Amino acid sequence: MSFAAESFTPVLSLFGGILIGAAAVMLMALNGRIAGISGIVSGLLPPQSDRTGLAWRLAFVVGLVSAPLLQMVIAGFERGHIHQVASLPILGVAGLLVGFGTVLGNGCTSGHGVCGIARASRRSFVAVLVFMASAMTTVFIVRHILAGGSQ
Amino acid sequence: MTRILGGLMSGLLFGIGLLAAGMADPNKVTAFLDIAGHWDPSLAFVIVGGVITTALGYRLVLKRGRPLFEPDFLFPTRTDIDGPLVIGAVLFGIGWGLGGYCPGPALVGLGQANVPPLLFVAAMLLGMMAARITKSAGGIK
Repeated sequence: MSFAAESFTPVLSLFGGILIGAAAVMLMALNGRIAGISGIVSGLLPPQSDRTGLAWRLAFVVGLVSAPLLQMVIAGFERGHIHQVASLPILGVAGLLVGFGTVLGNGCTSGHGVCGIARASRRSFVAVLVFMASAMTTVFIVRHILAGGSQ
Repeated sequence: MTRILGGLMSGLLFGIGLLAAGMADPNKVTAFLDIAGHWDPSLAFVIVGGVITTALGYRLVLKRGRPLFEPDFLFPTRTDIDGPLVIGAVLFGIGWGLGGYCPGPALVGLGQANVPPLLFVAAMLLGMMAARITKSAGGIK
C-alpha cells in the first residue's frame, strides 16, 4: 500500500460533499423527499412506476445529466475524456449489478451513504458497511489477485 | 410545476457536487476503494462533507411543519435488517468496484456524452427493472 499524494484532493472533495449534502437538504426542504438516486431513478421504471412523482423524478435526473454541460458552459472546459477502469462488457455487467443491487437493497451511495447515515438509520449503516466492504473486496480481487498485483 | 423545479434544481446541484468531489471519475473512485494499492482517500471527505451537511440541514428543514412544494415529508420508516438489504448491498458493491460507477455519477457521465457511461446506465436500468419485477413477484418491500 502507498499513499496517492499526487491525486489527493481533500478540500475539493469536502466541498463537493457539502454541495451534495446541500442538494439533499434542498430536495427535502422543497419536495420532502430523500435524495436517493437509485430510488429516484427506479421510481420511473415499470412495473408500478410512481405516476404522480414521475415529473419531479425525471426533472432531478435531467438536472444530474445537465451538470457537466453547465460545467462546460461556465468553465469553458473541453469535453473531458474520462479514462474508464473497465472494458465495455465488464461495464455492462457492473451496470446490471448496480441496478439490481441498489433496488433490492433499497438504496445506493446517496440514499444510504449520505441521507441514511445523516438520519442515523440502522438499515443504512448496515448497507453502507456491506457495500463498502464488497466494493473494496472486488477491487482487491480484480487488481491484486486477478491482475497479479501488477497495477 | 414547482415540484419539477425542486427536482431539477436539486439534481443539478447534486451533479455539480459529484463533479467537484471527483465522484464522476471512475479512476478516483476505484483509487479510493483500492486500500491495498496506491490509495487515494479523497472520497472519504465527500462522505464526511455530505453527511454533516445533510444531518444539520435536515434538522433545520424538519423544524418546519412541511416541505414547500408537497404536503408531507416522506422518510423510510423500516428498521429491520433483512436478506434483500444485505444481498442487494453485496451485489451493488461488486458492480461499483468493477466499473467505478454508482448510480449518480453514471448519470452525470451521460451528460459527458461518452459511450461507456451510456452502456452502464442502460444496463443499470435493466437491472433495476429486473429487481422491481423480482421484488413484486416475491412480495419483497
